[in-house]
Amino acid sequence: MRFTLNGVATDVDAHSMSRLLDVVREQCALTGTKEGCGEGECGACTVLIDGDPVCSCLVPLAQVEGADVETIEGLGGDHPLQHAFMSEVGAQCGICTPGMIMAALPLAPNATLDEIKVALSGNLCRCTGYAAIYRAIMKARQT
Amino acid sequence: MRTGVSSLDLRRASALDDALRMLSEEARTPIAGATDLYVALNFGTLAPRRFVDIWGLDALRGISVRDDMLVLGGLTTYTAIIRSPLVAARLPMLIDASRQVGGPQIQNRGTIAGNIANGSPAADSVPVLAAADAIIVLRSVGSERRVPITQFYTAYRASVMRADELIVAVEVPRVDGRQWFRKVGTRAAQAISKVVVAGVRAPAPRFAVGSVAPTVVRAYATERALAAGASIEQAAMTLGREIAPIDDVRSSAVYRNRVAERLLRRFWIETS
Repeated sequence: MRFTLNGVATDVDAHSMSRLLDVVREQCALTGTKEGCGEGECGACTVLIDGDPVCSCLVPLAQVEGADVETIEGLGGDHPLQHAFMSEVGAQCGICTPGMIMAALPLAPNATLDEIKVALSGNLCRCTGYAAIYRAIMKARQT
Repeated sequence: MRTGVSSLDLRRASALDDALRMLSEEARTPIAGATDLYVALNFGTLAPRRFVDIWGLDALRGISVRDDMLVLGGLTTYTAIIRSPLVAARLPMLIDASRQVGGPQIQNRGTIAGNIANGSPAADSVPVLAAADAIIVLRSVGSERRVPITQFYTAYRASVMRADELIVAVEVPRVDGRQWFRKVGTRAAQAISKVVVAGVRAPAPRFAVGSVAPTVVRAYATERALAAGASIEQAAMTLGREIAPIDDVRSSAVYRNRVAERLLRRFWIETS
């Protein structure tokens, strides 16, 4: 099974119905993508497939053949969203954070607060509430 | 994940004919966006072990208008519906419903055919399709048939669809009148409905309700009462007799009855 992971052509040997989440974490050793609920409710496992946010716990490996998959590791460590989540304290326990950032990534630079809320409506945070998270994303737009 | 994948058998269809042939040869469950399937898999409640992946069949994607019918390919995602000017012009209540399916991650993967085939009485798109008198296009090897969505379901999660058939498209005739959709759940996003309704305000009004019976309910008696000039109180009483909600983890029968009647009132007031 061949796909592009964070810009790198990747070959994995796994069952075609393995969850993309498990392949990314266990075969590719990229553990930034988190498992929260395992049923598409929480968004912690959000990755981008061909630019669109999806829950990697609900994607069979077979369906990413030839696709472009981006995980939180693909941002490096110096992305404005990552810095803003740190400086605005948009994280507490941190389990939801990679998914929040991946869900925010496709937003247009001029996205409004309402558009940010819609983009993140599939991501749950059980620690902070959402104010600091929205603030971090607003701030990252300005940098 | 509670179900190991090693016992599962997935075949990938390269074209529609290929998929139909696989379905005709042996019992296989079609997989599209997999948003319902993997929930059951993770819970350990998924019975099927053989699957056919149809996600790659681009011929089943796309939204068009043919012979004054809005035609949605079976693999049309909620995101594609939300972004479609054709749906906005002809069936805006489907856009309202699609925006309330899960969150963007689910909207990017969930398909209209999947929502129909999964057969949940709480499906967000199904009351809309019922109120719009939509037609399900079922294809099997060498044949095709059309079933009105109002005649599609036979019981809880059961339908007239045969194991060798695929939902290839949904056809929606022109809807005259003001469209209205409302979903009542625990929160706006990421919640399954307690009650979900779609209505069309026209001389012959239409009203469909989900999550209040084993299948979606098209409230024909209520519609007739409204068309005949009954008061909204009388119509609400009629609706109460047409639905049969249950107590479950999400809500109670009493609450669902009351909310369904209030939604009927609100539909009538807001579309007057």
